[in-house]
Amino acid sequence: MTSSRRPYGVSDFPLAETHPTDVKTANGRPLADITLDAVEAGDFSLSDIRITPRTLLDQAEIARAAGRATLAANFERAAELVDIPQALMLEIYELLRPGRAAEKGVLLDAAKRLRADFGAQQTASFIEEAAAAYERRGLFKSRY
Amino acid sequence: MTTDDTLAARQSGANRWRRFDDWDNRPLRLDRFAVEDPENGFSAFKGACDPKPGLTIENGRISSMDGKPLAEFDMIDQFIATHHLDVAIAATAMDIPSQDIARMLVDIATPRETLAKLAHGLTPAKLAEVVAQLSAVELTFAFSKMRTRKSPGNQGHVTNAKDDPLQLAADAAIATALGFDEIETTMRVARNAWSNALACAVGAAVGRWGTLFQCASEEAEELQIGLAGFTSYAETVSVYGTERAFIDGDDTPWSKAFLASAYASRGIKMRCTSGAASELLMGFHEAKSLLYLEARCLCLQRAMGVQGTQNGGIDGAPLASSIPGGVRELMAENLVAVWLDLECATGNDARHSESEIRVGAKILPFLIAGSDLICSGMGTILKYDNSFNPSSFNGEELEDFLVLQRDFEADGGLTSIEDSSALSLRRRAVDALSAVLEELGLGTPSEAMKQSVVVASGSDETRSYTPREVAIISDRIKQQNITMIDVVKALARRGFREEAQNVLNMLRLRVSGDYLQTAAVVRDGRIISAVNQPNDYVGPGTGYRLSEQRQRELAAIRDVLTRDEVLRAEAVFAAAEAKRIIYRAVGPAGQGGAADEIVIGISPAFGTKLYQTLAGHPLSAVLAALCDGIRAGGGRPRVVRMVHTADTSFLGLSAARLAGSGIGIGIQAKGTAVIHQQDRLPHNNLELFSNAPVTGLEHYRALGENAAAYAKQEMPQPIMVPTGGMALGARFHARVALIYSIETGARGRST
Repeated sequence: MTSSRRPYGVSDFPLAETHPTDVKTANGRPLADITLDAVEAGDFSLSDIRITPRTLLDQAEIARAAGRATLAANFERAAELVDIPQALMLEIYELLRPGRAAEKGVLLDAAKRLRADFGAQQTASFIEEAAAAYERRGLFKSRY
Repeated sequence: MTTDDTLAARQSGANRWRRFDDWDNRPLRLDRFAVEDPENGFSAFKGACDPKPGLTIENGRISSMDGKPLAEFDMIDQFIATHHLDVAIAATAMDIPSQDIARMLVDIATPRETLAKLAHGLTPAKLAEVVAQLSAVELTFAFSKMRTRKSPGNQGHVTNAKDDPLQLAADAAIATALGFDEIETTMRVARNAWSNALACAVGAAVGRWGTLFQCASEEAEELQIGLAGFTSYAETVSVYGTERAFIDGDDTPWSKAFLASAYASRGIKMRCTSGAASELLMGFHEAKSLLYLEARCLCLQRAMGVQGTQNGGIDGAPLASSIPGGVRELMAENLVAVWLDLECATGNDARHSESEIRVGAKILPFLIAGSDLICSGMGTILKYDNSFNPSSFNGEELEDFLVLQRDFEADGGLTSIEDSSALSLRRRAVDALSAVLEELGLGTPSEAMKQSVVVASGSDETRSYTPREVAIISDRIKQQNITMIDVVKALARRGFREEAQNVLNMLRLRVSGDYLQTAAVVRDGRIISAVNQPNDYVGPGTGYRLSEQRQRELAAIRDVLTRDEVLRAEAVFAAAEAKRIIYRAVGPAGQGGAADEIVIGISPAFGTKLYQTLAGHPLSAVLAALCDGIRAGGGRPRVVRMVHTADTSFLGLSAARLAGSGIGIGIQAKGTAVIHQQDRLPHNNLELFSNAPVTGLEHYRALGENAAAYAKQEMPQPIMVPTGGMALGARFHARVALIYSIETGARGRST
């Protein structure tokens, strides 16, 4: 998901004001289309009113320009998670909690799946890092 | 027991100073205080096992941090070393003496940005060592410089003891009108989360849009409620400073960071939460200080990439405050948070003391420094309705907070609301929610229910939903997969189009992601954050300053005294007085000859412009009491109006010098009175009634009798008017000053 334009900076914020036509919903409609009339007409369901990976990466650029690299990394991981179904997301969150995964392999499999099915490279690496840390600290023991 | 018996009981068997009994009865004595005990985690700044700051880097990788080698890193150390520390600058940053950095924090010539960048190279122990050196005033000043966003804000709790959705909607509308940037709800019964969420979201859309809203519940449920569109942010994503506390909290830095990204992936704002003494409460403090453990938590949060933190003791605030320096520590940890470039909702949440003085003192530094969100949050409802347990400030104390803003000309994010608008806002909110409940088949509140909620100050006064009915509503919302879009449509169908648009505007925030950035809030329909409104304070005249309009708003509290109002009130009494007394001038006053004559010198506006004392006694009655008393004591009264002075002492002395007996009474219209004698110095009187508000007619009568006694060269018992310790200046001096200017303005005119 590369961009051919210059990276966004602080003066590009807020996107809704500075780049209103670029801000789109998950189904490609511009933000300005989300009006009360449109909602009443049934043009938008809740799942349509969602952020896109592109917008999250734009916000990451702005965060980085504002000197907040770790916030940018969060947004970049978030961009990878946009299209992950809610159930899977909750499942992975659960697996990352202490004692849920019985051993390292369970987390590594989850990471592999995220890479393969969703291209979520950064999140996958993040989970692999967690798996190694949990092993080192003995966090795969069941807690209840 | 009679008063005498009680006194006797107190004095018998006295083996200590009685003052300790008075102190034992104060609310302060309900607080428990803990001795400093570093080995057992009871230390604000000096834990027995606090490490010295340190960092070693080999081949571009961290090999030890704060004295611990890489191989021994726990999961928190590892996460901080990997994701927080910038090895490119860390060596240089760590070498700067802590005192130098401390001075930079309070130096207006060192920009915020410089310090924020420097923090990327500082370990938890180093951050803690630096801020520990700052005194309370230095911490306050540094905080005002280092917070991320320029304009201050506030967060409020909206809850009630019954989880009653009608009341939640009404109270959410009030909170919005007061100017809270965020509101937070939680439940008495966990399963009511969905109905709480619906009710607050609708209520917060009344009057204006932009109040961010969170529903504090179990992590996974909270995420689901967010995904259904009811909430606009999450906050209670807790992190801890020791590994074992974190694990007992059922998470790790990675799981929480994943959760943070999950919210962002749905366009929903979030912040983490940490606060001193959480590890102590959970039993895993590792003999480390409150501040050091918090420095770890905050480095962790920056490392996780969250935009902000709820910080400052939070649930641990009462425990932290029981330790010496605990309140200073809470200020120190908040400084670390903003230094690490995080939005900070600065505690002032769980009430840390039963002493109102301690409560007021604790919030003041944040009010005058300014904070992204000064409370996390303030109870907008009465204490008994606060489902989080009472906050520092609650519904009862709201006006105290508004007055503090006015006293210090400091922006705490809130604005007074008017009597009339409060009722109509609540009515609108209750009607809007009722419309939604009806449209979605969730319930049909009766008019009686709605009306009881609209006027109620708290849930004790309402006749609304029962807890069982609420649980049913909540379950239905969840089971029927009702989303906020359904709510928008329901509002619109029923004619609540403004509210429907306001709710939709909140949902639309998710698409642009603008409000995910650091310290983002919605003001007048626009996103303000640390990105487009950074704190640019570099000394007096810079940074956040009150606009003229904002100054007027802060000054406009309820029930303020004006000159016109005082005069109007007096005019009301004029008519009644005119029926009771006529002041007939018989000519200029001459020297009296009779030895039993006592002159009463009245002030210029006495009975002509002012008609009752501060205590509310008609002046005709006061004059009558004085004259009766003089006669009862065997004297003869003569009333003289002084026109050259309104000062009590000079009234009395002038009267005394005219009197045949050499004894005179001076009295102002407000009721301040004096017995004077002809050859005494002006302010060295015989007796003085200086507390007019508590002076009764019986006192004036007794004053007259005493004057007569002095005329006979007797030595009567001076009259004592007990004040009972009332702060009469606070209660009356604004009115006194206004009245007195009327008196002095009336001088020099004959009647």
